[in-house]
Amino acid sequence: MQERVKKPQFDVVGTRPVRPDGVDKVTGRAKYGADLKMAGQLVGKVLRSPHAHARIKSIDVSKALALPGVKAVVTAEDFPGQPSEFIPAGEGVVNYRDMTSNVMARAKVLYEGHAVAAVAALNEKTALAALDAIKVEYEVLPHVIDEMEAIKPGAPILHEDMITTGVTPAPTKASNIAKRVEFVLGDAAKGFGEADLIVEREFKTKAVHQGYIEPHACLASASEDGSAELWVTTQGHWVVRAYCAKLLGWEIGKIRVTSSEIGGGFGGKTVVYLEPLALALSKKTRRPVKMVMSREEVFKASGPTSGGTVKVKMGVKKDGRITAAEAEITLQAGAFQGSPVQPACMCAFANYDLENVKVVGYDVVSNRPKVAAYRAPGGPISTYGVESVVDEIAEKLGMCPIELRLKNAAKEGTRAAYGPKFGPVGLIECLEAAKESDHWKAPLGPNQGRGLAAGFWFNIGGETTVSLQLNEDGTLTLMAGTPDIGGLRASLCMMAAEELKMDVSKIRPIIADTSSLGYNFLTGGSRSTFSSGMATVEAARSIVKQACGRAAKLWDIPEEAVTFEDGMIRPAGENAGKHKPMSLSDIAKVAGKTGGAIVGYAAISAQGAAPSFGVHIADTEVDPGTGKVTVTRYTAIQDAGKAIHPSYVEGQYQGGAVQGIGWALNEEYIYGADGKLQNAGFLDYRVPVASDLPMIDTIIIEVPNPRHPYGVRGIGETPIVPPMAAIGASVRRASGVRFFELPMSPPKVLKAMKAAGKA
Amino acid sequence: MRYEKPTTVEAATALLAGQGARVLAGGTDLLVQIRSRILNPDVVVDIKGIDTTRKITKDTSGYTIGAAVTGAELKEHPTLSKDWPGLVEGANLIGSTQVQGRASLGGNLCNGSPAADSVPAMIAAGAVATIAGPKGTRTLPVEDIMLAPRKLALTAGEFIVSFKIPARPAHGGDAYLRFIPRTEMDIAVVGCGVALALDAGGTCTAARVALGAVAARPLLVEDGAKALIGTKVDDAALAKLEAAAKAACKPIDDKRGTVEFRIDVAGTLAKRVAKIALERARKV
Repeated sequence: MQERVKKPQFDVVGTRPVRPDGVDKVTGRAKYGADLKMAGQLVGKVLRSPHAHARIKSIDVSKALALPGVKAVVTAEDFPGQPSEFIPAGEGVVNYRDMTSNVMARAKVLYEGHAVAAVAALNEKTALAALDAIKVEYEVLPHVIDEMEAIKPGAPILHEDMITTGVTPAPTKASNIAKRVEFVLGDAAKGFGEADLIVEREFKTKAVHQGYIEPHACLASASEDGSAELWVTTQGHWVVRAYCAKLLGWEIGKIRVTSSEIGGGFGGKTVVYLEPLALALSKKTRRPVKMVMSREEVFKASGPTSGGTVKVKMGVKKDGRITAAEAEITLQAGAFQGSPVQPACMCAFANYDLENVKVVGYDVVSNRPKVAAYRAPGGPISTYGVESVVDEIAEKLGMCPIELRLKNAAKEGTRAAYGPKFGPVGLIECLEAAKESDHWKAPLGPNQGRGLAAGFWFNIGGETTVSLQLNEDGTLTLMAGTPDIGGLRASLCMMAAEELKMDVSKIRPIIADTSSLGYNFLTGGSRSTFSSGMATVEAARSIVKQACGRAAKLWDIPEEAVTFEDGMIRPAGENAGKHKPMSLSDIAKVAGKTGGAIVGYAAISAQGAAPSFGVHIADTEVDPGTGKVTVTRYTAIQDAGKAIHPSYVEGQYQGGAVQGIGWALNEEYIYGADGKLQNAGFLDYRVPVASDLPMIDTIIIEVPNPRHPYGVRGIGETPIVPPMAAIGASVRRASGVRFFELPMSPPKVLKAMKAAGKA
Repeated sequence: MRYEKPTTVEAATALLAGQGARVLAGGTDLLVQIRSRILNPDVVVDIKGIDTTRKITKDTSGYTIGAAVTGAELKEHPTLSKDWPGLVEGANLIGSTQVQGRASLGGNLCNGSPAADSVPAMIAAGAVATIAGPKGTRTLPVEDIMLAPRKLALTAGEFIVSFKIPARPAHGGDAYLRFIPRTEMDIAVVGCGVALALDAGGTCTAARVALGAVAARPLLVEDGAKALIGTKVDDAALAKLEAAAKAACKPIDDKRGTVEFRIDVAGTLAKRVAKIALERARKV
């Protein structure tokens, strides 16, 4: 593995200590969403729609309630109606009317698997029997699954009041197009006029699921006094608290939410499904209620990301300079509006320094589960189209794909089509590293090909709180509020240890519950190491300041005359050498006598998140007898700003690449003509297994983010952006055929190779 | 639901003759189907208490393999993998390492899936099932047991006790390959087993070709065998085999593959499997 980490100027940052949550995870002691039990707990189960689209004429729960052991049933009637309004939430927006209609269908079911009722019973068998006993009368309606079918005149309309926004004049009739977005820079028509070569292509991608191994799970306990506790696997427990309070009409302060260890989220655990149902059932029964989704429910009722149609047109001069770029992106939102079409549009051409850009996007509802965020939401879809066209341009011009990209690469000062001017960014460094890599220069075997693509994600900051307490013996306890998905706790302890010049193993981290710490926005937007790291540094510096104050008090000298150097608190200036230096541990022991506990606390809204660019190189081998594509070698190169714990940065690069490989080759939601999902399980929804993959090599580039104390950029999402185009380019060279549709599954590849005379 | 573990064939057939009874061998299909509420049998009859279902015996006429012998046990047998490597490979493709500790030839066949991995290899090897029933014991070639998805040629009370695999011919070899979109933990989109025998001069004297997942039941492809017998299994013979394999397919379009794809891959696999079987036959 090649590494391009600069010489460390740090003691702890950039090293690879054992993660503090590691031992309990490998021994099985770590508690995930389904692992908590409470005395007297009931089992909650959800009745789900068997239809893709139907009007609910009536729901009769009386037979279910009459069954011995059934304690309560809830339906939409148990949740207050919500107004339709859009509330900003991190990288997207939420609409509480849609949210409450998604967690429990109101009037209509809009997809197979849509929740219709939930029961609480003494055990699972009774709960399942109760579901069978609920009688729902449906009026089945025509359904529509494909986004391009959904926008045709005459398509079944999901929401009678959906008037497309972003269009002037506003349409007068309802449609399945929720909104139109547009980003324009310069004059695309003029740019195409200057081009020597124009390539225009249309791409299709399928809906894919985040594929977290741990299903959604929670345990709710509502008290007679109106307070409630919720244990849940989530990427953001403050967000869960706010959503549940809103959907139930409860006070935020009376709900205490604790996040469990999380077995993967990838954006999919940023929303609520079971949580408000479990709380409502617990309130009705006065008993704890535990709910765990089956894998089938996870696929049918929790968010995949959009499939979509991406039209891309790009013009270039003979020398490779891109003169104009246009894209039209139509994404599936699922049953309720809110596809990631906006970030898809923002990412489309972000890799390039362009004068003339026009990107138009459409958010389209159809009878599918509502999409949820999935790692760089929307970015992989638009980038697949754009980077595939860039590869085709390189081929047509006879240029090296790296040279073509270097000629057009976004750099410091580039104005992105969606508005901002980039600060220091690392795309050129990533491309140069790719060019110099062993991988790029290695020979290829028969039926093998090599492809390359670039990718971008903007990353976010946001509300973040961290508390760091100095314990009596000099050890520290770190409380963060962004659930740890990819090694966050290790990275935060390392940053605290760096500031305090101490052994990282002396700092024990926890993810605190919502009643123990100020507000934290969720782990998403690749923000947790960046934002919680920034807060941790601030909290650690506060500890140093307080400790120096205590020493000043003990030594009876002014606070300004005390310094913190090499982990010791020392008298400085004219007092230098007059008192014996004290360690933080020494101060901790006398904290009680010098003013009480020493706690560093930082409640911030982290600003200055910086984008991360990446470049992936993929080698594939295509079997001309079966159309099967095997990834034979893979390298992910990406700018981390500064890798706090390089192993977890590499882990993110590898994980994103693997999810992208699955998206490229086999993963897809397959629907029958009846509008029902045919592959709601890991057998036929094919994520790659370990034996399908080569080692994913990584190269960490470090172009520091000047707005973070250690230079950190968010890095979790960018790695899933380049793989599909990189593999497409690779398959093109291995098979002789260029593909415009994902997944590049064996039946499609073999058919196309036969048609081209290559099989 | 009642669980029974009889220790004699007679007791088992008596239990199985009743309403709503299902045979339990390894349980890797049955238990999953019960848990996912596809099946709800009244009686589960575990046949592993019957000695003969759990043993592999070898004599001059070949092997007798108990219907509930696991994939792991087949692999660990001292000579079976040398004599019938294709058969063992097919059985070992079922599920994960953990599943291999339970999954059996009898269960894989009687689950009634056209895609069962061990079945084409058994058919190619010429395996014959010994079936016990209320009226006594009978034998039936493996290719005649499955009639359609989930439908078997067994009558009420009958179950497979063991399989008879003939002795390997002097210059004989077999092989099995399946096509799946990934590398493991999957179900065959196409499966193919070939067994062949050569004379001292290297001419094919006998062959059996079987396909899985390309029709409502596993197929014995007689024209595939004809394409090989009397040849040196050269390119011309392999081309005829490919054509015969493709002609035999009657697949469906489904989430795992199209008709066209399955037919094409059946041809590709038949050639590849025959080449492996040929190499093995030449080496013994």
